[in-house]
Amino acid sequence: MSEAHSTHLEEIPPPYTGPKSFISDWSSDQTAFKNVSWGKVMMWIFLVSDTFIFSAFLISYMTVRISAVDPWPNSSEVFALTLFGKEVPLVLIAIMTFILISSSGTMAMAVNFGYRKNRKVTFILLIVTAILGASFVGMQAFEWTKLIIEEGVRPWTNPMGAHQFGSVFFMITGFHGTHVSIGVIFLLIVAAKVYRGDLEHNRSGFMTGRKGNYEIVEIMGLYWHFVDLVWVFIFAFFYLW
Amino acid sequence: MEYPKQHPIGIYLKIWALLFILSGLSYSVDYFHFEGYLRWTLIIIFMMLKAGLIVAFFMHMVWERVALIYAVLVPPLLLLTLIGIGVLEGDYTFFTRNVFFGS
Repeated sequence: MSEAHSTHLEEIPPPYTGPKSFISDWSSDQTAFKNVSWGKVMMWIFLVSDTFIFSAFLISYMTVRISAVDPWPNSSEVFALTLFGKEVPLVLIAIMTFILISSSGTMAMAVNFGYRKNRKVTFILLIVTAILGASFVGMQAFEWTKLIIEEGVRPWTNPMGAHQFGSVFFMITGFHGTHVSIGVIFLLIVAAKVYRGDLEHNRSGFMTGRKGNYEIVEIMGLYWHFVDLVWVFIFAFFYLW
Repeated sequence: MEYPKQHPIGIYLKIWALLFILSGLSYSVDYFHFEGYLRWTLIIIFMMLKAGLIVAFFMHMVWERVALIYAVLVPPLLLLTLIGIGVLEGDYTFFTRNVFFGS
């Protein structure tokens, strides 16, 4: 097989040498991902890079926690809420987890109904996803307020134990919350396009000549599921560990 | 514009239910105060199962071509190296802190 490959290379001489060959080689119209559109590939590549960013945060959290001399606060108690006169550990975080998973469920169904060209259901599901996402951010704001105002946790200090807890908490949940917030805006934009029928009638969008189609719902969905995916890891490593 | 034939909605509802069950299980690990290696093992297992379900079905990875699957899933394996470096560094810092600042 390698022989056949090398003879094939000899038959077609490269069109350019020197600096021009760099451009000709990189733009030689090779499609690596055959039936996958460039939009989806680009979203995946972005998500791989985002994976590395969040992993860098979580791994530095691990490093910082291993090296902390003061005791690490027990997250089960820190994030407990008193409900009906009883202390329930980690309950807000559990609710946030279920909300984010539900929003992933509605998003996955929105993609499906989009490809079925069911404009109304797609729109409703996207809006439900956005509402769930926004309520997640709202609960996170509540949690931050509780930690900052009632407990006195700061990025540089923490009355409950290791100071690094504060920096790691605000860094990781803040970055994730930003992703969710951007996702909600992204969802509303896509929902508006669906509602107006831009995707159904292949109208090109704002600042682009590309014809609209329901694939953008799937690409948006990839981003949204990724945000849910990151939360799975944050929930396990930061809140449960 | 013609789109590929879609999977039945039931798949997403089943995965959704599974994710709920797995989240409930990982929450109960904390609720029932499992400790030590049992806790860590359970947390990691439930986490990986949830992540796998989301990537495979919600993000449609099982239906993608192998070239794309490899392009997405193989590079993050490099992170294992970073985890190793982090553990070494963390242990060393902990050790020196105790030597120089410990009582």
